[in-house]
Amino acid sequence: MTTVAPEDVRAVGALARIALTDTELDRLTHQMNDLLAQFDRLGELDTGNIPAMSHAVPVVARLREDVARPSLPRDVALSGGSQTDPWLGGFIVPQVLAE
Amino acid sequence: MITVATANRCARTFSYKDVKTCPIVAPFTPPCPPVLKLSAPVYNGRMMNYRVSVGMECHAELLTASKMFCSCANAFGGEPNTRTCPVCLGLPGTLPVFNAVAVELVVKTALALHCDISMRTIFHRKNYFYPDLPKGYQVSQYGDTPIGTNGYVDIEKADGTTKRIRITRVHLEEDTGKSIHSDGLGYSVMDYNRAGVPLMEIVTDFPPDVESAEEARLYAETLRGILLYVGASDGRMEQGSLRVEPNPSVRKEGTEAFGVKTELKNLNSFRAVQLGIEYEAKRQIAQIEAGETVLQATYGWDAEKGVTVLQRVKETEQEYRYFPEPDLIPIEFAPEYIETMRASLPELALDKKNRFVSEYALPVADAATLVSDKATADFYERAVSAGGDPKAVANWILGELTRLASGAKIAIAGGKVSPETLAELTRTVADGTITTTIAKRVLEEMWTTGETATAVIDRLGLRVAGADAVAEMVAAVVAAHPDIVAKIKGGNEKVIAFLKGQVMKEAKGQARPDDIDRLLKDAIDKA
Ligand SMILES: [Zn+2]
Repeated sequence: MTTVAPEDVRAVGALARIALTDTELDRLTHQMNDLLAQFDRLGELDTGNIPAMSHAVPVVARLREDVARPSLPRDVALSGGSQTDPWLGGFIVPQVLAE
Repeated sequence: MITVATANRCARTFSYKDVKTCPIVAPFTPPCPPVLKLSAPVYNGRMMNYRVSVGMECHAELLTASKMFCSCANAFGGEPNTRTCPVCLGLPGTLPVFNAVAVELVVKTALALHCDISMRTIFHRKNYFYPDLPKGYQVSQYGDTPIGTNGYVDIEKADGTTKRIRITRVHLEEDTGKSIHSDGLGYSVMDYNRAGVPLMEIVTDFPPDVESAEEARLYAETLRGILLYVGASDGRMEQGSLRVEPNPSVRKEGTEAFGVKTELKNLNSFRAVQLGIEYEAKRQIAQIEAGETVLQATYGWDAEKGVTVLQRVKETEQEYRYFPEPDLIPIEFAPEYIETMRASLPELALDKKNRFVSEYALPVADAATLVSDKATADFYERAVSAGGDPKAVANWILGELTRLASGAKIAIAGGKVSPETLAELTRTVADGTITTTIAKRVLEEMWTTGETATAVIDRLGLRVAGADAVAEMVAAVVAAHPDIVAKIKGGNEKVIAFLKGQVMKEAKGQARPDDIDRLLKDAIDKA
């Protein structure tokens, strides 16, 4: 049976940039193990003859013609940002240390 | 990809509350900057006891009109955020649609690199937090079905031997946005014009076949040549549309295990590739010799100072939580499609070079220079097929035309001299209409005006002087220098060169040297 330990859950939280309290960690560890138990049940099915799939729909992609069309006007594009810098004409994001 | 330094370490110090209340998009400013240990002085001693191995990662922006998943233009420069739309801004409710040409260019490149093609290829999300893509993930290809696998590039070394560099994968992904410099603002500003531009990644196999800085440079040069021939990329390293990121490591001679590799960035020329790896290998050796351990880290090449600078230490392997991109359906290639792509591939530089040597009897170095640019190679072949002498056409292209073109800062093929008129010029020299000296002047005139060689020759009256005219000039020179003639008759044959020079000056290059020799000898005998 597959299980996760509290430190696994903490690591997943860290990947999502979420710091978890001990209470949250305990609750989520239980919930994730419940989910995994369901997958173990699914694992009991014999799928030896079924090819692996990466997508739920059995179709293949249609491709798009390579034609450039007008983009959004900049003010419209920037209007979706929670903070923008009108002088530089860009979206404001947290400062990064290294590039 | 750009990552916040030590993000992993810092992540746990933020609470979920901060995320909600932070005035900016996301909350983290790492409170614990990494303590970096400066490396030991660079090793200047013998490198003989060490072996260098270099994994090569190259990214090339594809030469498409539009972006990977939307119809925004794929271009360079321009005002920030003027080439974005709901798809490449990652707005809710949008869906990506593959650009057919981007897929085609990756297939062609993979075929040119002798790869196997995955007839069914799938795409993945690479998840990370740095906001260089507004979606919060990059669409890439992970796992064992990238478009191309198991290819190779043959590089030709300075000693004439070739070496095969194996390629493990060629895949298609999307480029990221750029941060606009904002020192002192307390935040960064993003430009998403480049976000979603189709990007191809080419990775060499492990263990690395590239075993020196020079081989790395040759690999990069050869690969760039292939990309240009296929038309997949403009290959502009200085603009970042071709990015070469080597992973050099060193190990003591005789040891099996590979050393810790570092990743090199900011290499925006072939010279930088070679110098950067040379420096980095020496720096790693110095660390080992000083008893330190080489850290798995990213270093940036500082071309001005000629050093590599530590950018970020990879404390843990990045966890990108790849999973199949649910918004994109797998691409399945029909065998006929692959064969059409294969048939459309142009002859590649190395094959062309060998053919030029055998078909046109060109020296290897000349052939190599001609094929280094496909347009120039095509110009050459058109001139030859228009009746130009193969050797003479090569000489004119590599000499005078290259000089004129670089002076005008344009490509040879972009100038006013056509392959046909260049062929005509070589014929006028071969049939004795003009001399080689005059031909240079004719070519300069052709370059400026776009006239044919014959038009220039007629307009400026540059035809070779007839034997009678040359005889007249010779007679005049002989008559004017009785003292020299006496010396020659006295046995000092060397001074005949002076008389020859006088005649040539008089003829302004329009007399054939062998005509002058013959007529001068006659005139002196008779004098
Ligand atoms: Zn777009």
